[in-house]
Amino acid sequence: MSNPSTGTADLAEGFLERRTPLQRVQGVLHKYPYLSPLIVLVVAIIIFYLLNDRFLLPQNISFVTQQTVIVGTLAIAQTLVILTAGIDLSIGAIMVFSQMLMANMAVSATAANVLPIAGQSPYLAILLGIIAAIAAGSLNGFLIVRFNLPPFIVTLGTLSIFSALTLILFKARTIQGGEMPDVMRYLGQTFKIGEFQLLYGVIVMVIMYVIFGYILKNTAWGMHIYAVGDDPNAAELSGISTKRVLFSVYLVSGLIIGIAGWITIGRVGSASPNVDPLINLDTITAVVIGGTSLFGGRGTLLGTLIGAFIITVVENGLSLAGLDQAYRVLAVGILVILAVATDQWIRKVKA
Amino acid sequence: MTSDTATVTPVLQGKSLVKTFGRVVGLDGADIEMYPGEVLAVVGDNGAGKSTLIKCFSGAHVPDSGEMYVMGKKVSFQSTHEARQGGVETVFQTLAVAPALDIASNLYLGREVRKPGFLGQVFRTLDKKAMREQSAQHLKNLGISTLQNITQAVETLSGGQRQAVAVARCAAFGSKVIILDEPTAALGVNESARVLKMIQDLRDRGLSVILISHNMPQVFEVADRIHVARLGKRAAVVTPRSHSMNDVVAIMTGAMTVPEEEQALGPVR
Repeated sequence: MSNPSTGTADLAEGFLERRTPLQRVQGVLHKYPYLSPLIVLVVAIIIFYLLNDRFLLPQNISFVTQQTVIVGTLAIAQTLVILTAGIDLSIGAIMVFSQMLMANMAVSATAANVLPIAGQSPYLAILLGIIAAIAAGSLNGFLIVRFNLPPFIVTLGTLSIFSALTLILFKARTIQGGEMPDVMRYLGQTFKIGEFQLLYGVIVMVIMYVIFGYILKNTAWGMHIYAVGDDPNAAELSGISTKRVLFSVYLVSGLIIGIAGWITIGRVGSASPNVDPLINLDTITAVVIGGTSLFGGRGTLLGTLIGAFIITVVENGLSLAGLDQAYRVLAVGILVILAVATDQWIRKVKA
Repeated sequence: MTSDTATVTPVLQGKSLVKTFGRVVGLDGADIEMYPGEVLAVVGDNGAGKSTLIKCFSGAHVPDSGEMYVMGKKVSFQSTHEARQGGVETVFQTLAVAPALDIASNLYLGREVRKPGFLGQVFRTLDKKAMREQSAQHLKNLGISTLQNITQAVETLSGGQRQAVAVARCAAFGSKVIILDEPTAALGVNESARVLKMIQDLRDRGLSVILISHNMPQVFEVADRIHVARLGKRAAVVTPRSHSMNDVVAIMTGAMTVPEEEQALGPVR
């Protein structure tokens, strides 16, 4: 074509497709952001298997999946929030609050503060715990959208608020599994598939990954989450109500957190205000290692699931290899920095 | 809705529009008319109110007073979404594209198409295949051949290609008026030429295009009429034939005034 308005290049045509191998890698990673965490996971599994062949025994694999279930479920909520270029520091606190509420509602002997409403049916208790988590997520969303506050600050505040509420309302008393009706711990029960011991909670987690993976990829709401995280001004000018999208993301993340609270009671076998204090950071770690960009608009839930597994695989593998817990923390720290560096590099991709 | 100078109904008309921002006056009783199938350039010095005027029609600003008409019908746009539904599409200077999303998703951003039947209604599944096919068709209709891969992320495109995506998005949905805000400001010579060609193609397809630009040679190349804004009002409307670039600059700065009978207030095409 010689027409300058439509033609690209004649003589240079052959060079347009020419890219260095590194640029090719960059392009592929850009298109499939979950590839780099997948490679890390596979390499880690191979290394840990070589270090200790018990690593791939069915019992150990079952254990690893059970270990992943809490952070894995919460990381769905964190992924949604981070895709909008936000961050949720209150995920752990809301989850603990929600599961403590569930447990306290379901038993009849409890702290004086909540005694009048205690002793409910376990189903109602679970439902109310989930509703409380939705309300807490909505509070985050409301503060962020209505007052235009940065998510980091809002959720830092609600982190303290819900941690304190847990201690004030429930008097920091751990409710043992035996005190609660069985339904409360249902998701902590296992069933056998061959040699594997699977947790019902893991099934719930996987179903949630499938549902939310579908929503992100195939619905307008999912599309809008990416668009809002990518460039909120552009999204707004395209006719998307960014405020509505943001609020709904925090509300839905509350729902996910509530379900994770129920799973946690089952997994831990009791409801304690001190369950996994590092869970917040672990969810962010899983999301970031999973290839989702902290700047928003880029990432997949599949990557997050892989990221959550990387955390537990590294932990489990290093301890099987006879190394100290501190090395696990070290390894995860290095992975996080590598993941963010890779993300920065991938974002610079050019056609 | 016929004004005294025209027998053709303007596709877009504004009467004594006023818009203030605190103590800053954006529009001070501005009028504008645009007729079917023309390219109307809006020029003016910084702060003359050309962007504010245009943003009233694209729904980004709501005027304090005055009346707006689209196809002779009175409108009051509260959002860009309402303006789009009223048939006025705007390509903002920032392009308003989502860089990480692909071309098809960007074309349909904010007006996604769902699958027919059960999947679409209950599971709200998007019809990605249809959106991709139709996007490719739209681009082809607009004569944009530089974008082959419809699933390419917009951030991997050049400036001119992004502009093409943004324009295609506006032209694709049967709108009547397309507003382009400084479409060539960030582009090189060749890419600018392509965008100007695209503007002429849009006009040839019967669309009305408002072009906001600082670039006088480009304005004189494609515009049918030139609306000169000054101090929040309309200083004059001229044509590239009736006046020179120097005249237009003189009108912009207030050094020259054009009597109403010498202006091109009616349609010229």
